[in-house]
Amino acid sequence: MPANELREVSTEYMLFKAKREEQFITGSEAVKEAARRANIDIAIAYPITPQSESMHLVGDLYAEGYVREYFRGENEFAVMSEIAGAAMAGVRTFTATCGPGTLRAFENFPMWSGARLPIVMSFMTRVINAPLSIQPDTIEMSFLLDTGMMMMHAEAAQDLYDMLLMSFDIAEQTSVHIPMGVFVDGFFVTHTRQKVNIVTEDVKLKPYNPGMSPVAHIDMETPPFRLMRDPFVMKSNYISYAAHASWQQEVMASAQRAKRYIKKYLGGFIEHENPDAPIQIVASGTAVSQSREAIKMLKAEGVDAGLIKIKVIRPFPGNEVKAALSGAEKIIIPEFNRVGWLCREVASVIPNNNRIVPGPRVYGGMTMPPEVIVQVVKEGALVGV
Amino acid sequence: MSLDITRINPYFEDVMPQEYRDLVKNGSFGSEKRLGDLGTFKELLEEHPMCAGCHLALAFRILVSSLPRPEDSIMVGSTGCSSLAFTQLALHNIHSLFGNQNAVASGLKRALELRFPDKIKDVIVMAGDGATADIGLDMTLHSWFRGENITTVMFDNELYANTGGQESGMTQCGAVLHMAPTGKKFQKINVYDLAVSSGCAYAAVVSTAKPKNISECFKKAVLIAREVGPTYIQIFTPCPTNLKIKPSDSKKIATERFKGDYTFREHITDEAKEYLAISKDGIKKQAIEPETVLISDDKEIPLEGS
Ligand SMILES: Cc1ncc(C[n+]2csc(CCOP(=O)(O)OP(=O)(O)O)c2C)c(N)n1
Repeated sequence: MPANELREVSTEYMLFKAKREEQFITGSEAVKEAARRANIDIAIAYPITPQSESMHLVGDLYAEGYVREYFRGENEFAVMSEIAGAAMAGVRTFTATCGPGTLRAFENFPMWSGARLPIVMSFMTRVINAPLSIQPDTIEMSFLLDTGMMMMHAEAAQDLYDMLLMSFDIAEQTSVHIPMGVFVDGFFVTHTRQKVNIVTEDVKLKPYNPGMSPVAHIDMETPPFRLMRDPFVMKSNYISYAAHASWQQEVMASAQRAKRYIKKYLGGFIEHENPDAPIQIVASGTAVSQSREAIKMLKAEGVDAGLIKIKVIRPFPGNEVKAALSGAEKIIIPEFNRVGWLCREVASVIPNNNRIVPGPRVYGGMTMPPEVIVQVVKEGALVGV
Repeated sequence: MSLDITRINPYFEDVMPQEYRDLVKNGSFGSEKRLGDLGTFKELLEEHPMCAGCHLALAFRILVSSLPRPEDSIMVGSTGCSSLAFTQLALHNIHSLFGNQNAVASGLKRALELRFPDKIKDVIVMAGDGATADIGLDMTLHSWFRGENITTVMFDNELYANTGGQESGMTQCGAVLHMAPTGKKFQKINVYDLAVSSGCAYAAVVSTAKPKNISECFKKAVLIAREVGPTYIQIFTPCPTNLKIKPSDSKKIATERFKGDYTFREHITDEAKEYLAISKDGIKKQAIEPETVLISDDKEIPLEGS
């Protein structure tokens, strides 16, 4: 279907009504398929494994006319700056990176949030040097937790596809208008083939309407006329303090206001299986799939364990997690990183957090055999956090 | 039409601040001004917070009063002294981070071309020498390599002024400054030559010793960037505070250096020359909007549906 013949539809239609067909594709290809129907104005790319492939494919979409502008920037800091400039001028943007690229670009992310830019990007998580490794590891998510950006964590290619498509609408809401990062564990998802339900209808999302932005665009057409984006708040007096403090609060409030849209598209921030079990495993990303396997193995041995899949990391669904864990006696949090950021998040919102067994944790690009989770469930001491 | 957004709602005319009324009535929007007109019209720049004798501020005033189409110009700045001047500017402008100005401008320009394909939108980067030649050098050069249609201006005060007088890549060899306690060990980075070899259609080195020259070169640079390719202007802007000289001596330094090593240089490609020759009539006419009534005499506003 040629790009110019795609019919514009609402995000709701795209996600819930449009005809779909099962395809056996990689996570990177799922990004391409989401981008094909996302009505993206500008995509800017810089290579880094395991992200590169997805942005090659977005480049192919540009060549085919599905994306209006595309180029390779000179490095990740520049790419995120170029994306910022484009978003400030009021167009829909997309990019992706991972690991070292994320850190090289880092100064941009809080700036994006502060400038209220509704940028959607994907992070295909990867080890941070040193030593050099291109393997998956979710530690970059830990660094990004407090940049003001919203964060979703996909378990598999299907999540990745749907989360990308919904992100534009969530991020572009007037009451939200802050960036959204869709995270996926590199290689485990990007480079493996899975069954993904892809929209087959000739549809695309409605274009971004810059007039809906709560902050005027830099185009000399959009009032208010006299504008700096964003104004300096330099002097150490009460007024400038109040201006900056309230702006930071506003960015955080924007993420909170996004919750209703996230809920609309995602159904909920968490998914809970077997909620009455005394042992609960809490995970996000591919650690969820590994936990599912572990739970099957535990069941065969007569151990009853439940599973909480956390899909949204920012705004963190504290109340939902707290309620879901209210009856748990033992909480296991398997993670693909060394610092245990998800464990810290959960520990910060539940009472009696000495119920948590922090781990297992694998990092540096290791896989997480379900046996390791089983072992922690069976032997894990009740360790306080 | 961009000029419309400067227009005051007739109902609010009497309560608008005097400076905004002046700006709308006597500003440079919609009519091209010359440097000689400075002082006869509402300057774009209001009271600025720069130090006494700051030649960056002087250069900044010259530039903003020389914009061919201020109502369709967007400035991208960077962290540094000039970012304090930007807050006083009655033009849309961006401050995002230190050093990323040419990258932001690249994304901005391309997005504006998508949104307004039939309009001229001049995107102009203005940043210090540290921002342009040190932390942002890769992004400056790459915007030129990619042939982005933007104008890059460097305010070269030969040091990091805003952080208290440290050495920059544009500092003269041997100069003793903070972070160069035994004198700078290498020559000024030759950004002008880099601009020429990186594909700039126009490049010029100018000085506050010759304000009119700045104005003329800048106008050319903005016009050429519209159609032909990237352009670069480097302006010598002595900083009395960090050079620890009397504010009134900035001009003397600029003049003395102009006689020696910091003198006028200009590069223009044949294509740019040709374009300017045509634009002498064509573009100039295009650059000057037909008289637009900015403050209405008629206070009647047609009500919706009436
Ligand atoms: C990433 C980063 N590093 C350092 C700084 C601190 N900083 C602010 S202004 C400045 C110097 C700017 O120098 P220049 O670009 O020459 O402009 P000038 O102040 O001389 O006008 C520096 C180093 C910063 N804001 N961000």
